[in-house]
Amino acid sequence: MSLKTEISFRLNGRAVSVTIPVTMKTLTMLREVLGMTGTKYACGEGECGACTIRLDGRTVNSCLMYAVDCDGRELVTIEGLKTENALHPMQQSFVDHGAIQCGFCMPGMIMQADYLAQNNPELSCEDLRRGLEGNVCRCTGYTKVLDAVTAVVEARR
Amino acid sequence: MSDVQNYLSPHRLDDAVKAMAGGDTTVLCGGTDLSPQTDSGLREYAGTLMNIRRIEGLSGIDLIDGQIRIGALVTVTGIGNSQLLDELAPVLVEAADQFASDQIRNAASLGGNICNASPAGDMIIPLLVLDAVVELSSWRQGTVHTRQVSLDEFFTAPGKTVRQENELLTAVIFDQPAESFVAHFRKSGPRPALEIATVSVGIGGRLENGSLSGVRVAMGAVAPTPLRARSVEATLEGKTLDAETIRAAAVDAGEQATPIDDVRASAWYRRHLVCVFTEEVLNDVLEN
Ligand SMILES: Cc1cc2nc3c(=O)[nH]c(=O)nc-3n(C[C@H](O)[C@H](O)[C@H](O)COP(=O)(O)OP(=O)(O)OC[C@H]3O[C@@H](n4cnc5c(N)ncnc54)[C@H](O)[C@@H]3O)c2cc1C
Ligand code: FES
Ligand code: FES
Repeated sequence: MSLKTEISFRLNGRAVSVTIPVTMKTLTMLREVLGMTGTKYACGEGECGACTIRLDGRTVNSCLMYAVDCDGRELVTIEGLKTENALHPMQQSFVDHGAIQCGFCMPGMIMQADYLAQNNPELSCEDLRRGLEGNVCRCTGYTKVLDAVTAVVEARR
Repeated sequence: MSDVQNYLSPHRLDDAVKAMAGGDTTVLCGGTDLSPQTDSGLREYAGTLMNIRRIEGLSGIDLIDGQIRIGALVTVTGIGNSQLLDELAPVLVEAADQFASDQIRNAASLGGNICNASPAGDMIIPLLVLDAVVELSSWRQGTVHTRQVSLDEFFTAPGKTVRQENELLTAVIFDQPAESFVAHFRKSGPRPALEIATVSVGIGGRLENGSLSGVRVAMGAVAPTPLRARSVEATLEGKTLDAETIRAAAVDAGEQATPIDDVRASAWYRRHLVCVFTEEVLNDVLEN
């Protein structure tokens, strides 16, 4: 039996306490313990960004992050972006621009895009391309993704 | 499989090093190396898993009495965003900018990059150029004992260092570079950023009247450990940085490299890149 420990943190604004094995990754905890399957597992090695979440405001790969390290922190996942009745503006822009195909990369892509747009109101196309380097999409070819994010950045100016 | 029997997340350095006194501890920081290594079975957990990210006092970047001190927990993002480093040691910011992806940079720590001891570690090369030392802390005779080891002498083999099992890397320290000090870093991988370096080169020195002195040359992924290329340093020392000197240094750098063939690149190609990068980095230094 692997050693377990109890941790408490905030997830999408709610307080959560959960007992997990000490070597479990945050992604596994989200999907398999908490049933929050919005965040996706693809490579499991930090290469693709499908598992991107926010931790204390900054994006990280949840497949690499140990769940124990969530203790006392603030997490936001793709489920935390939308409000009661409406999609988040970044989600809506992806829909409006036809930037989503199979959609598997999109939770991570949108989390990272939202992070970039929020942190840099002057986000240029070059900044955006660099900022999305850790997010791989096998369908869209990225052009419409860039259009979708750029539209949000411009609307906020 | 995990046979961890004990999990700790100390807030104080003395508690952390006390817990490490008996060895048998796996240190966890950002987890970006530890996760893939344990998931793939490359590495087993020790009896105690210790998360060091809550330890206070190891997250600063400070200038103290002419020395720059970077805490082990500082992330690559923290290095990239540091105004102090941008002013005093911009080669570190330059290297941080070429490191992995945003998400990895947000998690990856300086201490983890050094202790993982990859010959390709991207923070290591600029720190060798800055002639840094690492501070190792342990519990001895009822108190926290620290010793400093030159980064140049820290690595012994891929993944291996002189750090003892009971020691925690707590900081990296280097002298504030002279006003005329210029340094640059360049790396390559098949993908521009999100890639372990195929090879990397860092070069620095005091640039006065077109010639370099106090030259330091470091190369990554061309030998079992990150490498200080002393003979290239000698080739450059005190010479006017003209095309001929730069060419000679590039050829010498290629000869110093003892790279391997692997999935990322052949040894021949790596050696070729070392020559090209040495030339490019020296031209960058000259332009500064
Ligand atoms: C997709 C991907 C891309 C990457 N790209 C790059 C890249 O471009 N350049 C690069 O250099 N690296 C890269 N890496 C490797 C890794 O991100 C870095 O080496 C990182 O700095 C490790 O820091 P960490 O805090 O995540 O370390 P951890 O994984 O927590 O620890 C790494 C090792 O160091 C030990 N350790 C950590 N801190 C200490 C300490 N203070 N004292 C003693 N021991 C300690 C741990 O026990 C472990 O053995 C990449 C990794 C991934 C997954
Ligand atoms: S699943 Fe985490 S980066 Fe690919
Ligand atoms: S939409 Fe299919 S992977 Fe991106």
